[in-house]
Amino acid sequence: MGLARRIIPCLDVNAGRVVKGVNFTGLRDAGDPVEVARRYDDQGADEVTFLDITASSDGRGLILPVIEAVSAEVFIPLTVGGGVREVADIRALLNAGADKISMNSAAVTNPRLVADAADRFGSQCIVVAVDAKRDPATGGWQVYTHGGRRETGLDAVAWAVEVCRLGAGEILLTSMDRDGTRSGFDLALTRAVVDAVPVPVIASGGVGSLQDLADGILIGGADAVLAASIFHYGEHSVQSAKAYLAERGVEVRQ
Amino acid sequence: MSHIAVVDYGMGNLRSVQKALEHVAPDREVLVSSDPAVVLAAERVVFPGQGAMRDCMREIEARHLRPALQQAARSQPFLGICIGLQLLFDHSEEGDTAGLGILPGRVRRFDVAQRRDAAGQRLKVPHMGWSQVAPTRSHPLWAGLARDTRFYFVHSYYVEPANDAVSAATTTYPDRFCCAVAQENLFAVQFHPEKSDRAGLTLLSNFVHWNP
Repeated sequence: MGLARRIIPCLDVNAGRVVKGVNFTGLRDAGDPVEVARRYDDQGADEVTFLDITASSDGRGLILPVIEAVSAEVFIPLTVGGGVREVADIRALLNAGADKISMNSAAVTNPRLVADAADRFGSQCIVVAVDAKRDPATGGWQVYTHGGRRETGLDAVAWAVEVCRLGAGEILLTSMDRDGTRSGFDLALTRAVVDAVPVPVIASGGVGSLQDLADGILIGGADAVLAASIFHYGEHSVQSAKAYLAERGVEVRQ
Repeated sequence: MSHIAVVDYGMGNLRSVQKALEHVAPDREVLVSSDPAVVLAAERVVFPGQGAMRDCMREIEARHLRPALQQAARSQPFLGICIGLQLLFDHSEEGDTAGLGILPGRVRRFDVAQRRDAAGQRLKVPHMGWSQVAPTRSHPLWAGLARDTRFYFVHSYYVEPANDAVSAATTTYPDRFCCAVAQENLFAVQFHPEKSDRAGLTLLSNFVHWNP
């Protein structure tokens, strides 16, 4: 037995509250990030990822007290992404109790940030989020930023390799084609990046069933799988996902 | 009763360690400090760490913490975590750095660039995630923890004690390596108990109640 594949629920946070329907039975206030994170922890989540989708600048700082409150009660790794622009943002989030910081647009705009952050805080806490869309022109995948709205011209696999060279300790790989479709991960994309980079890869985007999680690991080769809606809407618990994966021979923490 | 000191030498966030200790020991005062006097006056000492070994040693020296750490590691219940385990040894391959030399042995980098796991998949560095820990001997800090309980690891270097007798547990990635050491009042682990869910809290609780 070796390293367990990780199951990571993802929470979207807007101005300090969890958004997207969260449908835990018996949960009084589904929007309280501490309560939601604690519930996922109780279910056996291996990590929790918070994605700050706050658009307004005055709501931005509200993620910090959220992370402080969660990290005082939930003792598993916490990753925070969204709106990270400079080293000071990373420091503030780490000091609030985040273990890993994920950056996307800022890494593309300023790759030096990845190197500076890894140098300052260590590669182990620097995650680069790669949002990729199939590129019919090349048959490969292109990197997008700003929530999939902005094309970069970067090849996703080459970019993932480059950010690892700069110091990223993990890749959070999202298929923009699949995100929100519930039709499964882009397995070819996952496999291409997993085989190309020397660091762990978290597959994201498109999970609609437990079978999709298994495919991401067994076919895509992902070290970890991230999902939002299948857990939020109460269709599946992290526990049942792990039981399903274990039956298919995937090593998980139970 | 005096405080629990979490040694702060400016390398990263110690909040999680502090919060986890407060969680298992609500009646104790947990002080995050870089003051050697606070370390020496503590009832017990936690020595965490992250970042590059060379930077850690530089910051420890800059704060004049070396003598306090060496004394605490001999005299008080002492728990090293992650780099706080690696720093106890003589030497690390990371930046060719001399450590505190409290335990004989060295720190080596995973050499897995070309290695594949049983499924033919490339092994990744850092070793990041939940691996099973197999105690190599009984110890009060393993109380209530089943053999092969999973703990959360994130590291690119591992320790190789010169003396096998100090090893308290092993894990596998991809080869078996020492992931915990114990010697009298000293215990140190490569994994992160403060991030290892209930298993980690059990270990921290055991530490808080340990009277070597």
